[in-house]
Amino acid sequence: MSELTITLLRLGYLALLWVLVLSAIGVLRRDLYGTRITDRRRANRAASAAPVRPQPVDAVAVAPTPAPAASAPVRTPRAARSGSGPRKLVVTEGPLRGTIVPLGTAPVLIGRAPSCTLVLDDDYSSSRHARVFPQDGQWFVEDLGSTNGTFLADQRVDGPIPLPTGTPVRVGQSVLELQR
Amino acid sequence: MATVQPHQVRAGRGVELGLLVLALAIAVAGYALVGLGIDGSVPADVIGYAAGLTGLAVALHLVLRWRAPYADPVILPVAVALNGVGLAMIYRIDIAYEAREKAAGFAERQLGWTAISVVLAALVLVLLRDHRTLRRYTYTAMIVALGLVVLPLVPGIGQSINGAQIWVRVGGVGMQPAEFAKIALAVFFAGYLVTHRDTLALAGPKVLGLQLPRPRDLGPILIVWGVSLAVLVLERDLGTSLLLFGLFVAMLYIATERLSWVVIGLLLFVGGALVAATAFPHVGARFDAWLHPFDQEIFDRFPGGSGQLVRGLFGLANGGLFGTGWGSGRPDLVPYAESDFIVASLGEELGLTGLLALLLCYTILTERGMRTAIGVRDGFGKLLAGGLAFVVAFQTFVVVGGVTRLIPLTGLTTPFLAYGGSSLVANWVIVALLLRISDEARRPAPVVRAVLTPEVGTPVASAARANGGGGTAGPTGGDQPTERIEGLS
Repeated sequence: MSELTITLLRLGYLALLWVLVLSAIGVLRRDLYGTRITDRRRANRAASAAPVRPQPVDAVAVAPTPAPAASAPVRTPRAARSGSGPRKLVVTEGPLRGTIVPLGTAPVLIGRAPSCTLVLDDDYSSSRHARVFPQDGQWFVEDLGSTNGTFLADQRVDGPIPLPTGTPVRVGQSVLELQR
Repeated sequence: MATVQPHQVRAGRGVELGLLVLALAIAVAGYALVGLGIDGSVPADVIGYAAGLTGLAVALHLVLRWRAPYADPVILPVAVALNGVGLAMIYRIDIAYEAREKAAGFAERQLGWTAISVVLAALVLVLLRDHRTLRRYTYTAMIVALGLVVLPLVPGIGQSINGAQIWVRVGGVGMQPAEFAKIALAVFFAGYLVTHRDTLALAGPKVLGLQLPRPRDLGPILIVWGVSLAVLVLERDLGTSLLLFGLFVAMLYIATERLSWVVIGLLLFVGGALVAATAFPHVGARFDAWLHPFDQEIFDRFPGGSGQLVRGLFGLANGGLFGTGWGSGRPDLVPYAESDFIVASLGEELGLTGLLALLLCYTILTERGMRTAIGVRDGFGKLLAGGLAFVVAFQTFVVVGGVTRLIPLTGLTTPFLAYGGSSLVANWVIVALLLRISDEARRPAPVVRAVLTPEVGTPVASAARANGGGGTAGPTGGDQPTERIEGLS
């Protein structure tokens, strides 16, 4: 066999080794850069700029749904939609800042338990921390025996008390308020 | 606050098959090129050899499709490629030994061990359906590991070869039990640390920014340190001692994230090794050979001279960037070219380019193990995968570092490449365990849909938190917050 063939085979073998290494790394690349990380605040800002941006269905924890129309199962009753009452519960501070819960006629349960309407990712809140509910055309807030308490404008909430629109409610590290 | 969305994980069995074809091509081409380089003709039995290797690899691939469909697609091809390159090199050294009328026949035996190893790996995958089963045997694993470590000291079955008492010979079959001890130890450390890591990590004073452990928590590390020193002193095996101790320190570090354990471990080992180097002549000789290998006196000294090391370095130098090519070098001039010094043999015939590709294969293997540790959801699996991946990487480092004179030479085998049944079987079992854990890690979590309570009607919360990593999968129960605001009634 000629010298040239042997040299070519020798270098070809090294190339084959590197083809394996590089194709293995090619497979790994998908894993190394395999997660998409979205900053919630930035996502919210972008969402407020373009309100009809579709949200992924399987987003982790609470998906900041800006428009009530985006989530299909939400059926806001006409009574609440017309009239001057608040239409949404907005988280203004805390880890979930910017999250909006559209209000219907149903009470809103707030806490860390996954069964809550608004699941707080907050170490200072109890599993079932507080409840916001409508009665006689007005919204009330009620503490559900939480450890760290619920505060309506720096006043600790004991029984159900009326919740005026725009007044901050503190639950753990989060602050919520009703908005029109 | 950011949301992390994993991409859809592909099972990757097709990708694995593709990479497997490449790996088998490398193994068979190596074998064929050895024949071409030495005789100028392809070995007659290359078809049978190719068929055998392909059968083994494809069988394992089918077992994976059957029992671990989400296992990592890269681990198996990389292991097959390394094993194949090792087989070709051992065959090549066999031919050279035969020409010099030295004892040969390593290649057939290694091929037999490969078959046994792959069958064992398949058995592990079939029988072990969930790696968490191993956690039940935490303390059994410790006893097994300690037993395996001291087995070579038992008179009658223990055997001293080349000054190191690390062999056991029962009925004509020799093995190095320490190779299996490292798996048992990894299982024990993972099970032990997953329950004790909080005490090891959090209790204790802080000195100079280092969180030191409490003296009574030092017990286990001191026991392992003592065992590894006993290995060093009684069995005269620097490599195994370093490997076992390094494994423990690494797993402590993975479990606790405390740098103090690494510092304590390194200080203890360096101290122990220095004392051993002055107190025991065979360890001291290793240091001399490492520091002054080119002294004529040390080069000629036997045993414990630097002749083997220096011949290996000459071989590497002869290989250069692109190597001499399969069959064109003289790797057989180095003693133990087929086992301890196979890295030097490969470096001579494949050159730096080929050796780097092989080292990258180890890097990929380790990376996959560490990625598995990150991905798997239970603490035991994380520690076990991390420990097993580390042990492969560390063993490679100790061997290659020794051959290239970065650290003193120790008698460890290169995983997958070197001749040696125990090492091959142990490393294939490690691969099987990593594949099993990676199947668990990459399997998509059962999707928990948003809970739609009828009276609420606004499913803002989706309970997809169970996807989160860490040992605390799922939402935390109880009605208590995990932290309390101070100063509130």
